Amino acid sequence: MKTHQYEVVVVGAGGAGLMAALYASKRGAKVAVVSKLYPTRSHTGTAQGGIGAALGNLEEDSPLWHAYDTVKGGDYLADQNAAKVLAEEAIDAVIELEHMGLPFDRTDDGRISQRRFGGHTSNFGEKPVRRACHAADRTGHMILQTLYQQCIKQQVKFFDEFHTIDVLVNNGRCVGSIAVDLATGELHVFHAKATMFATGGWGRVWSVTSNAHSLTGDGAAVTFRRGIPLQDLEFFQFHPTGIYKMGILITEGVRGEGGVLINGKGERFMEKYAPKIKDLASRDVISRSIYMEIRNGNGVKGKDYVYLDVTPNTVNRYLAEAGESRRITGEDVEKKLPDILDFCRTYLGVDPVKEPMPIQPTAHYAMGGIPTNVDAEVVTDEHWTVLPGMYAAGEVACVSCHGANRLGTNSLVDLVVFGRRGGMKMAEYVKGADWGALPANPAGEIEAEIQRIRNSKGKSRPGEMRATMQRVMMEGVGVFREQKAMQESLDCVRQLKEQYANDLHIDDTGMKFNTDVLEAWELGNLLELAETTAISAINRTESRGGHSREDYNERDDENWLVHTLISRNHATPYAIDGTYNLNTEKKVDMSLAAEDERFKPKVRTY
Amino acid sequence: MDVTFRIRRFNPEVPGKNKPYWQEFTVKNVEETDRVLELLHRVKWEQDGTLTLRRACAHGVCGSDAMRINGVNKLACKVLVRDVGTKIQIEPILGLPVLKDLVVDMEPFFDHYRSVMPFFVNDTPVPADGRERRQTQEDREKFDDTTKCILCAACTTSCPSFWANGHYVGPAAIVQAHRFIFDTRDEGWKERLEILGEPNGVWRCRTIFNCTPACPREIQVTKAIGEVKLAIQQRKREGIATPVGPIAVGNG
Repeated sequence: MKTHQYEVVVVGAGGAGLMAALYASKRGAKVAVVSKLYPTRSHTGTAQGGIGAALGNLEEDSPLWHAYDTVKGGDYLADQNAAKVLAEEAIDAVIELEHMGLPFDRTDDGRISQRRFGGHTSNFGEKPVRRACHAADRTGHMILQTLYQQCIKQQVKFFDEFHTIDVLVNNGRCVGSIAVDLATGELHVFHAKATMFATGGWGRVWSVTSNAHSLTGDGAAVTFRRGIPLQDLEFFQFHPTGIYKMGILITEGVRGEGGVLINGKGERFMEKYAPKIKDLASRDVISRSIYMEIRNGNGVKGKDYVYLDVTPNTVNRYLAEAGESRRITGEDVEKKLPDILDFCRTYLGVDPVKEPMPIQPTAHYAMGGIPTNVDAEVVTDEHWTVLPGMYAAGEVACVSCHGANRLGTNSLVDLVVFGRRGGMKMAEYVKGADWGALPANPAGEIEAEIQRIRNSKGKSRPGEMRATMQRVMMEGVGVFREQKAMQESLDCVRQLKEQYANDLHIDDTGMKFNTDVLEAWELGNLLELAETTAISAINRTESRGGHSREDYNERDDENWLVHTLISRNHATPYAIDGTYNLNTEKKVDMSLAAEDERFKPKVRTY
Repeated sequence: MDVTFRIRRFNPEVPGKNKPYWQEFTVKNVEETDRVLELLHRVKWEQDGTLTLRRACAHGVCGSDAMRINGVNKLACKVLVRDVGTKIQIEPILGLPVLKDLVVDMEPFFDHYRSVMPFFVNDTPVPADGRERRQTQEDREKFDDTTKCILCAACTTSCPSFWANGHYVGPAAIVQAHRFIFDTRDEGWKERLEILGEPNGVWRCRTIFNCTPACPREIQVTKAIGEVKLAIQQRKREGIATPVGPIAVGNG
């Protein structure tokens, strides 16, 4: 076992992690980034459509309108102080990305080009606004590349293909983390003054997902096992437009360019559900509308999908109907959405310039996660008590700027805004902090657990168990939910956890590049997230944003303008027989509403 | 239908498997639209958990799963059964040390990448209004093609010049440098051209064209290398890079 010492250790090399590493390093801290993937493989790179910022390059815009859209899009569960920070600092963050060389598309006068996106409006919901700054349909790719490039320039130290499997909390503070070097199987202790988890989400809990295979909730599960609560897990976003059966994302930018959703009868059905902004309503609303159409027999060919149509004929017809002068050509579509066309041509044999794309909702984004304040410091209770030395940012964190449903483009904003704030805060913190003592035998427990997995000779193959979990979570804890189905899914997940502890089967007993063991380890994390998600969802007896219950189909502001905190009290981190604590005392921050009536919760229509 | 895989395997830890060997697997109930990556997962998850490969996004964006599929460099997640048939041969990419099965040591590849200053350089103060540096859409398009690179190494490990001499920086590093050399905002381009003018820079390229069809992002790699060569020769970057048109190179 090797021990390393860095003032700041960032776990995860996506947008949030790299942004934090860059800013901590620029401000003088000694920084290491530990990532289970090569940084350029991180999932930030798959973000397509844009990053929202009220630059006002093409039409009037304001950060206050962006904050309003974020709060409303989040169905009033977003902490309003966080939404305000997000919207205000988005502008600086995007300009800084440009200064770092990010190749945004340009307007006629050479400024950053912007497009429309779901839920983004001007003047408090009046009409769609061009706010999403874009680099073709690979904005996330360009952000990831740019930040990695700048980290190389800044000579940040990288530990690539080091999989973090434990966090070290000792005497009430975080003192480091433990990772396994994939190439050798050896464990490494990272002793740090400040540790940031920027490990991404857990879309792989569900069977149809836009998420990479790597998105297994490692950071969330690891901190949870060490007694740190997770917040608002019941809010998981299903993006309306995944490629049918495969789940690969088709950006909302398609609808921003004028694309429309069409049911099996050839109707543009969003007119019924969101008369004002139609296909650009927020994602939870559109995903539910698609399910309603399918349920009413309006799926295409009687199946469980609908069409997304961006063919110039269709788009121009609706533009004309709306009285807009803009028209699009096939060439425009090619230029603005090259990757989308490539996906559809490669995987479906469908050419979106000529034919509509078959789509269905796909598990996409965790609004919940490790609770933090606006400086990315991890907080452990409803009193916002900070756990010294521990930080989280990006999808794994719950700050909570997204509330019950995240707006499109706001994930990229979240990464750069809170990654940056976290990086700066860590640099400041480590200047005054001493090195906390490592616990005795820091890797003992995790080493025993990894050994247990490696030597498992039961009958249950991880792949089969994972598929079962994904199916029951899709069925019971998906777009629509009700008590009985959720309970059945939870029971099944608990049974899988038993199997995982007692009947796991592993083929590869080696040390080097043992992805059999690491995939099994990831499955353990997914099961942890599946179970806690189901428990949190059953507990919340209302419908809000991404959490839509058929047995409680109204939003209940009287009782539920609160966050859910779930935590465990088990004696050991890998015990499965304990009970969970649910805490619903943490009230939603309403600081904008205190000054401005328009931010008070009201019925949400689009 | 059934698909038969013939997979090049190697496990340094297991006696008898610590020299490269071939192993066959049959996967049943396959549809012609299944991705090769999904089928390799089925081998790993249903038959042999020791099969080792890298992958992440599974839709051609992260660049993890470049491998030789029926002798040609591809991303396993972007190849469908209908593209390659029901007998599929899988090998690791060539020219980098194999660590285990399909996993190669990527460090030499990333070392080359890091050697070409793959980052934006501009020390001129930002505009006084604190806003973005301006750039015309026309100038932006000159390097659009090379911004698509995902560092999967499919081009570099298809290059005979790289196979012959691992000190050659290789096509991917040149593509990454091209993205900055022809960005009108960048001020590091002269230094970058000097690096690429060294003996193991662009001049190792013999214009064999393997790299261009190997690119899963359809970047015109050979064209980009040619533009860098021209810029070095003419000691300028203006008027050299042009937006790309359709390519006419077969993939085979």
